Amino acid sequence: MSGVRQVVGMTGDEAVAHAVKLVNPDVVAAYPITPQTIIVERYSDFVNNGEVDTSFISVESEHSAMSACVGASLTGARVFTATASAGLALMYEILYVASGMRCPIVLAVANRAFSAPINIHGECTDQLVCRDASWVSLFGESAQEAYDETILSFKIAEHPDVMLPAMFGIEGFIVTHALERVETLSKQQVEDFIPASRIVRDRFCPDENKTFGSLVLQDYYMEIKRQQEEAMQNAFKVTKDAMQEFSELSGRKMEIIEKYQLEDADYAFVSYGATAGNAKAVVNRLRAKGEKVGALKIRLFRPFPSLDIFQALSGIKAATILDRSATFGSPGSIVQTDIASALYGKEDVPSLHGYINGLGGRVLTLPEIEEVYEMSKEYNNIGMTSTTDWVGYRK
Amino acid sequence: MAEITDVRINGRGGQGAVTASRLLAEAAILEGQYVHAFPNFGPERAGAPVTSYARISPEPFYEKTEVYEPHIVVVIDPTLLDDVPVVEGLRDGGTIVVNYDGEKDTLVKHFEGVHANIYKVAGSIIATEEIGRNVPNLVMLGALIKVAKLVEIESLTKVTLNRFKGVLGEKNVVAIKRAFEEVE
Repeated sequence: MSGVRQVVGMTGDEAVAHAVKLVNPDVVAAYPITPQTIIVERYSDFVNNGEVDTSFISVESEHSAMSACVGASLTGARVFTATASAGLALMYEILYVASGMRCPIVLAVANRAFSAPINIHGECTDQLVCRDASWVSLFGESAQEAYDETILSFKIAEHPDVMLPAMFGIEGFIVTHALERVETLSKQQVEDFIPASRIVRDRFCPDENKTFGSLVLQDYYMEIKRQQEEAMQNAFKVTKDAMQEFSELSGRKMEIIEKYQLEDADYAFVSYGATAGNAKAVVNRLRAKGEKVGALKIRLFRPFPSLDIFQALSGIKAATILDRSATFGSPGSIVQTDIASALYGKEDVPSLHGYINGLGGRVLTLPEIEEVYEMSKEYNNIGMTSTTDWVGYRK
Repeated sequence: MAEITDVRINGRGGQGAVTASRLLAEAAILEGQYVHAFPNFGPERAGAPVTSYARISPEPFYEKTEVYEPHIVVVIDPTLLDDVPVVEGLRDGGTIVVNYDGEKDTLVKHFEGVHANIYKVAGSIIATEEIGRNVPNLVMLGALIKVAKLVEIESLTKVTLNRFKGVLGEKNVVAIKRAFEEVE
């Protein structure tokens, strides 16, 4: 099998489960929630069948799941979990504990809308609002990217210059439950990419007297937080290098941002996750009509690739930012405000037009995306440099 | 641009519409084609109308939307004809394949005014006779690939035997082949 590239039909969730199987982490602690459930369900099959030697810890909530992950990680274990929506929100408190204690846990998020009203479908707000928790954060467009980012996330998180947890998201149902072709890797390829076990500088073990998670007040708290920021800055280079190495390993080009037909473009779409696929499909339609348009896909959301995005959008007239997330009373959509910060004060940058869309599984269709593209051009023509609209809802 | 075919499968909860779209997509992957196949998730219950989708192309494609304008509609349960607008969104000149054991003229009359290629096969009868149960989901795929040629029958039988081991798989293959021959 080693070195043989196979193509298999898998859903996004199945792709994650199979990729985790190749990694064979020491501990998986999880609580089921739609549309993530299949990930841990499949993985528990692997455990039950003896295909992996992971300790699978069933817990009573996501708060406990992440707490168990932190405990396991502190012993030096390689740890994985998965969640979505309300589950991620319930983990929120412990997300900060995981990053503050420098636990390189890997978390798969099946991006799903928040209640209320209760809804199980795709939307990326759940993951985006974890932006300040000091977690490396990636988005994937397809089952293939879900597979790849699963393996990649361990590499980034456990790197000695990073040692921060990492999450990656795929949208509920349209990716998690959709069957696509996935090029798989061999066990040997994964073992060559990530070490068989974590490199551990310090760990909790029964025969040594150590304290983890002690009280730190005015004297040292801020220094510890600053170290997290430095680790997050290191994660840029580590992610870039890891993606480069993964590209060579897999034969699939992987970059922190993906540029599609941007070279000669006057206008651009900016998006992430499954929406990026639709943006590229619309680029093809618009190019056929003679429009000079391209698409930028953000794969790495934290640390935010400000410089790369500035360079990619430099010379573009107007950017249409398709943001599948909800925010209220904000100066712009979530990713739009980050891009605005990244471009502020720089010359030769596009006007930014954010569109909050696709909430709760609503689909912004390709013709609708063409319409918002025209809106952006119109805004740009009349000199508006920053706009934010909600689109694709009943008025 | 990639030549994409969008297929919608209309069935009822428990009839295997989701399995059908999945196996159709797996057969396409086996042939090196590109797919995006998924169910329409909602509050489904056994017997309630459900839909599943398969988007198939010989070339890579980027679309990640739901299917609103299918090229092909497959109706697994004939009782849906009176309950559900099965031709909703169907492209002009598209294809409908229905599990139907009555006269073809009667079926064509049912779709009067719809500009589409209409096919029928007695899927429930075939399933009952060949599989021993009225589970016509894969039977309907046999009819579909005869009229729409999305995948080769060998690919479909291969993924069917892979999914359903032993006698059940073999019976399904017999039923698929019969539907492939009998669709009209």
